Amino acid sequence: MAAKAQKQFAGDVGQALAHDSAVLHVRGAAPYIDDLREPEDLVHVAPGYAREGAKGRIRSVDLSAVKTFPGVVAVLTASDIPGLNDASPSIGGDPILADGEIIFHGQVVFAVVAETREAARRAARLAKIEVAAAPPAVTVDDALAMQTEDVLPSYGYGRGDAAKALKVAKYKLKESFFIGGQEHFYLEGQVAAAYPEEGDCLLVLSSTQHPTEVQHIIAKMLKVANAKITCECRRMGGGFGGKESQAAQWAALAALAAHVTGRPAKCRLDRDDDMIMTGKRHDFRVNYEAGFDRTGRLKAVDVEFLSRCGCSADLSLGVNDRTLFHADNAYFYPVVNIASRRLFTNTVSNTAFRGFGGPQGMLFAERMMEAIAIERKMDALDVRKRNLYAKGRDVTPYGMKVEDNIASEVIRTLEASSDYRKRRKAVELFNARNTILKKGLALTPVKFGISFTLTHLNQAGALVHVYTDGSVHLNHGGTEMGQGLYIKVAQVVAQEFGIGADMVRITATTTGKVPNTSPTAASSGSDLNGMAAKQAAATIKQRMVDFAAKEWKKPKSRIRFEGGNVIIGNESITFAELAKKCHLARVSLSSTGFYATPKVHWDRANAKGRPFLYFAYGAACAEVTIDTWTGEMKVDRVDILHDVGSSLNPAIDLGQIEGAFVQGMGWLTTEELVFDKEGRFLTHAPSTYKIPCASDVPEDFYVVLYESKGNRENTIYRSKAVGEPPLMLGISVWAAIFNAVASLKPGRIPKLDAPATPEAILKAVQGMQP
Amino acid sequence: MPANAIRFLRRGQIVEYGDVAPMRTVLDYLRLEEKSRGTKEGCNEGDCGACTVAIGSIRDGRLVYEPANACILLMGHLHGKELVTVDDLAHGGTLHPVQQAMVELHGSQCGFCTPGFVMSLFTLYHQGRKPSRAEINDHLAGNLCRCTGYRPIIDAAEKSCTGKPLDRWVLATSDTLEKLGRIAMGGDVFVGNSDGFIAVPRKPDTLARLADDHPDAVIVAGATDVGLWITKQMRDISKVIHVGSVTELHEISATPEGLSIGAAATYAEAEEALAAIDPDVGEVLRRIGSKQVRSSGTIGGNIANGSPIGDTPPVLIALGATITLRQRDDERVLPLEDFFIAYGKQDRLPGELVWRIDVPRLKGNEHFRAYKISKRFDQDISAVMGAFKFATDGRYVTEACIAFGGMAATPKCASHAEAAAMAIDLDRPESWSEAIAAIGQDFAPISDMRATASYRLDVAKALLRKALTEIAGTVRGETRVVGTRGKAA
Repeated sequence: MAAKAQKQFAGDVGQALAHDSAVLHVRGAAPYIDDLREPEDLVHVAPGYAREGAKGRIRSVDLSAVKTFPGVVAVLTASDIPGLNDASPSIGGDPILADGEIIFHGQVVFAVVAETREAARRAARLAKIEVAAAPPAVTVDDALAMQTEDVLPSYGYGRGDAAKALKVAKYKLKESFFIGGQEHFYLEGQVAAAYPEEGDCLLVLSSTQHPTEVQHIIAKMLKVANAKITCECRRMGGGFGGKESQAAQWAALAALAAHVTGRPAKCRLDRDDDMIMTGKRHDFRVNYEAGFDRTGRLKAVDVEFLSRCGCSADLSLGVNDRTLFHADNAYFYPVVNIASRRLFTNTVSNTAFRGFGGPQGMLFAERMMEAIAIERKMDALDVRKRNLYAKGRDVTPYGMKVEDNIASEVIRTLEASSDYRKRRKAVELFNARNTILKKGLALTPVKFGISFTLTHLNQAGALVHVYTDGSVHLNHGGTEMGQGLYIKVAQVVAQEFGIGADMVRITATTTGKVPNTSPTAASSGSDLNGMAAKQAAATIKQRMVDFAAKEWKKPKSRIRFEGGNVIIGNESITFAELAKKCHLARVSLSSTGFYATPKVHWDRANAKGRPFLYFAYGAACAEVTIDTWTGEMKVDRVDILHDVGSSLNPAIDLGQIEGAFVQGMGWLTTEELVFDKEGRFLTHAPSTYKIPCASDVPEDFYVVLYESKGNRENTIYRSKAVGEPPLMLGISVWAAIFNAVASLKPGRIPKLDAPATPEAILKAVQGMQP
Repeated sequence: MPANAIRFLRRGQIVEYGDVAPMRTVLDYLRLEEKSRGTKEGCNEGDCGACTVAIGSIRDGRLVYEPANACILLMGHLHGKELVTVDDLAHGGTLHPVQQAMVELHGSQCGFCTPGFVMSLFTLYHQGRKPSRAEINDHLAGNLCRCTGYRPIIDAAEKSCTGKPLDRWVLATSDTLEKLGRIAMGGDVFVGNSDGFIAVPRKPDTLARLADDHPDAVIVAGATDVGLWITKQMRDISKVIHVGSVTELHEISATPEGLSIGAAATYAEAEEALAAIDPDVGEVLRRIGSKQVRSSGTIGGNIANGSPIGDTPPVLIALGATITLRQRDDERVLPLEDFFIAYGKQDRLPGELVWRIDVPRLKGNEHFRAYKISKRFDQDISAVMGAFKFATDGRYVTEACIAFGGMAATPKCASHAEAAAMAIDLDRPESWSEAIAAIGQDFAPISDMRATASYRLDVAKALLRKALTEIAGTVRGETRVVGTRGKAA
């Protein structure tokens, strides 16, 4: 780990400080919403849905048994909503409570409000709902066959004439494959509490990545001004995108219950309900053709992404756009056509999930590299190297020049440190000596664009107060879901004031302090909020400097904040003393800060611009063993090199990299979403939906931060975003499995879908037999 | 006269719990009654481990701490035990060594799974020997973390679980033993009346009589399945009889033929003795549920529950185990396979109890193999479980016992394959095909969320081939990606 060597003060950026809540976490003393002391006369809300039916008009709803169940206070339906019945982020189509029709199995039709959570849950099962059910479209293939109306218009772009270039290419391949979705499985399920305040105001506590959106949705639902709703989030027990847009519905139900009953209300979903009722990563069918030369270098690519968006648009526009933005990964496609369809299915609306569509685009690119290698009988790493962006080959399909390309260097460094070539030989030897087990090896890069592609979201606000004892109150628009945003931003503020991070009190994100915030998403948390907080602190610091310069009659250049002190010329006073003096001199010690990312712009209609400020890079090398008789698979070793620029906190960054890798590996191996033909989601609990556990992580797991000179762009202390990019390092595992299957018959491309469950692997193995 | 309260040790004090709440889970007790909210609810079905607590109990005169999923643990289970939760560990401002290591090694991110990990580590810390990496993985298999990727948590285990525990619980051992012993002296417990109750009998005869008097009562051992009837199916259960306090039913003893296992012996208690029969039996036990599940769940419960996908029945059937049922004072014995009649239907009369399982040990000419196929290796439910016992004369199979789970509505023998196996010459793999193909006659499995029918059939055949391959030694190289057997080339 590239921890900084020079002597530092306990608050400086670059230090491996523990997560701000670490001590509270291990004691069970970090309160999540459900842990807070319950106010007197709190009521509990549980959602109810039609047990049968994924599509169709609601013929009748009989709630009599629900209403008379002991402890039930009220039963909410669509008619109780005074304003807009919609929990969608912007486009619409996500009713908070179903009104007249069902569009997926598990859609909330009513909500029980009861004295206890158990009563609410039990009563919710007693409804009799009849749906005039019609056959649902469940899969991508169903949507195509039934010609459902897409949730959003198709989109795409390209360069040159791909059809023509494919025609003349010497070597070609054409494939179609399937990529499964993924459940977030945040450990803390969806939860919100709403407390009535004076007038018709509400305080809403929500486990959300987007408090502002929750505020706005509730205000519209209740037909009150935004200012009357305050939404707060101290911490989430995991988010991963699953609480970006889809935390809103549960907060809205709590708010509606509070509105109707006048009592504080809490809505916490049971795990099974949570998994049935909230969206997931998009599944895709990918159809592509590639043309390339003798050396494996691409001449042309024509690819079509067909995604299962589910029953509404939700965030599918941005998600699918990001798939397209990452269909190139780190590779130059001289002639290219990239197309995307956003399909409607009668399944829960798919949503944001770490990587936001990028992983699926990138998996396509890496599969293509493996396939080309098989066609050309080359090592896939050599094919990858042949196709990397390079000087003169550095413009993406969407017209942005790749200015900060370090993919080649990252790959070369990892190739050496992982001993790739030697291990390739060992893998071949193992495969020659083994009949049942086969090994595979793959080294795959990641290049991930950083910025919201919806340009206006690239802004953030912060609020900083300095108290007269030198302690600091920090607030910003970013939310803490475990990623360590709060401690990183606290380190930025501490650095600015030259004080210890322990002097910075980190406070819950609330729409009451910083308004109109963007979601904490797109890996942007520390880039945006770090800058905003730095600016707020700098404003206060400047006032303190101005005051000190005047008071001590020293030039400003001779005033420094360090080690908890302020050095003014040859004198030193504590930060606290100066704060106190400023206050007595009537200098304001509070400031907001604001940041808007420079340079980014995106003209979607014409597919031109610079959607990203910069790219984050990384690479992973994975070795796996498969059992060709059963399809079982074990990851033997993983080496990772990942670029975080100049790290704000190497311990936090390392945690993000390792955790994201394992999550990405899970997506492509053990985690399988299964729906039945009636559209019922079958893997709605951890008993049937398997995220990686401790033994799935190889003992030989080597993760190193890339020795960076710092981000080329002027980001917060030249760091780079780290939330999402390393998830796609998990693709190395899938590619290694692909490689292991491919070893069974040289020259034949395995028909391996994702996730590579034992069944999927065995199917691919069987496809290799003559 | 039985006592009318459940009694357990909590923070050094004996708690008397006299509520007639047969369905009360320990997690709800903690969070809603005691208002200790350090312990989290992640899934409410015993699969994520966020609610892990430590249960202290006396075993062979020693105090042991084992992890348990509080979300599906019933209050009756606590009788005679100590309950330790994450809220208890830090003392004043000082963190427990496992907590300290978690902080220092950055073992928490979102923090929601952390209390559960801390409690699993607490029990590992008290294990009294330094665990290997593999043991740490096993110990943590029941705790899911979605943030860290586990590496820092495993590091924290290696750092803090040194094999020399010294904390407040170690120092209090004699006091704890004395108090738990005092509760044990109290005898049978019956809370409630004949319409609704929690019964925790201590004497075997009391248990047998209660079960017969209340054939509608739910018999509970570890509640690793019954817990979900409550938390997920929301069934109404008014009468619960806990079998766990009947010491005799925990006994595992050597018999002339093999092993006799009391129906209330937990997987954890039986693991060592069963593993001695064959390493593959040990490997199956290792992969059942998680440490939490194995510490509460029992072999008897795995059988009595009648699930087609329970992991021990196919293994025990292949080994030729028998089951003893008891009603009042009458016992009857039957081959284990015969106990499973149809889906959800077992050969158990109202008021009758699964009492004992007898497992013969392998003879010198017998070979045993077992394989579990699941999406994830640890803490998953089998798509297919295959168990095989072959007697050979060195070259020819003379007896075959082939049992599968996940292939039919009950754990079941592959009778066609067994018959065809009589033609097997281990030296000639061509002679195996008839038996392998016969599996197709034996089973018509279903497709579900774990696997399709065709995969189940393919893999069942592959497992038979693999078992024969391993026994015959006819293939180059390694034969398994998981476990220790089949590793050496």
